[in-house]
Amino acid sequence: MTIFDLTLLLFSASLLAGFLGSLTGLGGGVVIVPLLTLAFKIDIRYAIGASLISVIATSCGAAAAYVKEGFTNIRIGMFLELATTLGAITGAMIATKVAVPLIAVVFGAVLIVSAFLSFRKGKEEGLSGRPDSIATRLKLNNTLPTQTGFRRYYVQRVPQGFGLTFIAGILSGLLGIGSGAMKVLAMDQTMKIPFKVSSATSNFMIGVTAAASAGIYLNRGYIDPGLAMPVMLGVLAGATLGTKILIRTKTEKLRLVFGAVIFLLGIEMIFKGLTEIF
Amino acid sequence: MAWTEEKIEQMLGNLLRTGVIAAGIIVLTGGIIYLARYGAQLPDYKIFRGEPEYLKTVSGIVRAALSGSRRGLIQLGLLALIATPVARVAFSIFAFIRQKDYFYIAVTAGVLSILIYSLVWGRA
Repeated sequence: MTIFDLTLLLFSASLLAGFLGSLTGLGGGVVIVPLLTLAFKIDIRYAIGASLISVIATSCGAAAAYVKEGFTNIRIGMFLELATTLGAITGAMIATKVAVPLIAVVFGAVLIVSAFLSFRKGKEEGLSGRPDSIATRLKLNNTLPTQTGFRRYYVQRVPQGFGLTFIAGILSGLLGIGSGAMKVLAMDQTMKIPFKVSSATSNFMIGVTAAASAGIYLNRGYIDPGLAMPVMLGVLAGATLGTKILIRTKTEKLRLVFGAVIFLLGIEMIFKGLTEIF
Repeated sequence: MAWTEEKIEQMLGNLLRTGVIAAGIIVLTGGIIYLARYGAQLPDYKIFRGEPEYLKTVSGIVRAALSGSRRGLIQLGLLALIATPVARVAFSIFAFIRQKDYFYIAVTAGVLSILIYSLVWGRA
C-alpha cells in the first residue's frame, strides 16, 4: 500500500466517522484512534495527534453554528475552560510519560463508558433549584430561549462541576478525544444546567480543550502532517455533510448502532493494550 | 459600532468559521503537492519515531512552509487550525473588557496563558 492509497483510505474512513459522529451527536473523534490503531496498525501516539486535529476542526465548525442559536453560555464556557485546559495539558504530559499500551487500555475503558452514556437521553429540566451563591457571584446564571419565551436557570454545585470538567480535560489530553459526553454530564447532571445549554457550551469548549493538548503533542512531534491531513479533511467533510442532512427520524436507531460499534471498539482496544503489556 | 452580546456572538462564529476554512485550504493545498511528490512511496507509521525538529515548533513550521517544504505547508495549516480556538479566546477578552467584567477578563487571560504555554513551551 502506497502513501497515496493510505491517504485515500484514511480520508474515506474519516469521512464516514465524521458523518456518523455528527448525525448521532456522539462526535467522530472517539472512533478515529481505534480506527487508526486497530485497522491501519498506526502507532497510537500518531493516532492521538491526528484525532486531536480532527476534534478541533469539527468543534470549531459546529460551535460557529451553535453560538448563533443563543444556547451557549459564554461565561460558563470560559470559566470551565480553565479546568479543561489545565486538565488537557496535564493529560498530554501524562501521555508522554506513561507506557503506551496502558493508553490503549484506558482508551478502551473510556469507549465503553461513552457507549453507555450515548444511550442516555437529554431531559429538558434543570429549572428547579435556588440561586447558588458561588454561581451567582460568578454570574453563571442565565436564560435560555424556549417556545414560550426566555426561561431562567440557576447553576448549581460549581466546585464539583469544575472538578469533573478538569477530569474531562485530562481524558481529552491523554486520549486525543473531545470528551464532550463527559463535559455535558458534568454540566447537566452535576451543575443542573439545561441540556441544550450544556451541549452547546460543551461544543464551544471542546476546540479550546483540544487546542491546549494539541500544542503539547505538536511540540513532542506526535502530529504527523501526512496522517493528520486526510483525517482532518475527511472528518470535517463528513461532519459538514452530517449537519446538512437532517434525518431526524432515523437517528435513534443510528445512535444505537454507533453506540454498539463504540462499545465493541472499546473491548478491542483493551484487548490490544493488554496483549501488548503481557 | 455597538458591541452587543449578539454582535459579539456573531463575530465569534465568523472567526471560527474563517479559521477552519483557511486552515482547511492550506492543508488541502499542502496535501495535494505532498501526494504529488511522495504519493507512490511506502508509508511507515507502525513504529513511532516522532516528527523531525522543523515540524515541531511554531517558528520551525513557519520557516519550513516558507522555504517550500510540502509537509511544512500541511503542518502550517494544522497550526492555523490549532490557533483558531486560541484566537477565539483572545477575542473574548475584548468582549469582557467592553463589559468591564474584571473577573472574566482574568479568567480569559488565564485560559489564554495556558494555551500559549502549551503551544510555545509544550516541550518542557
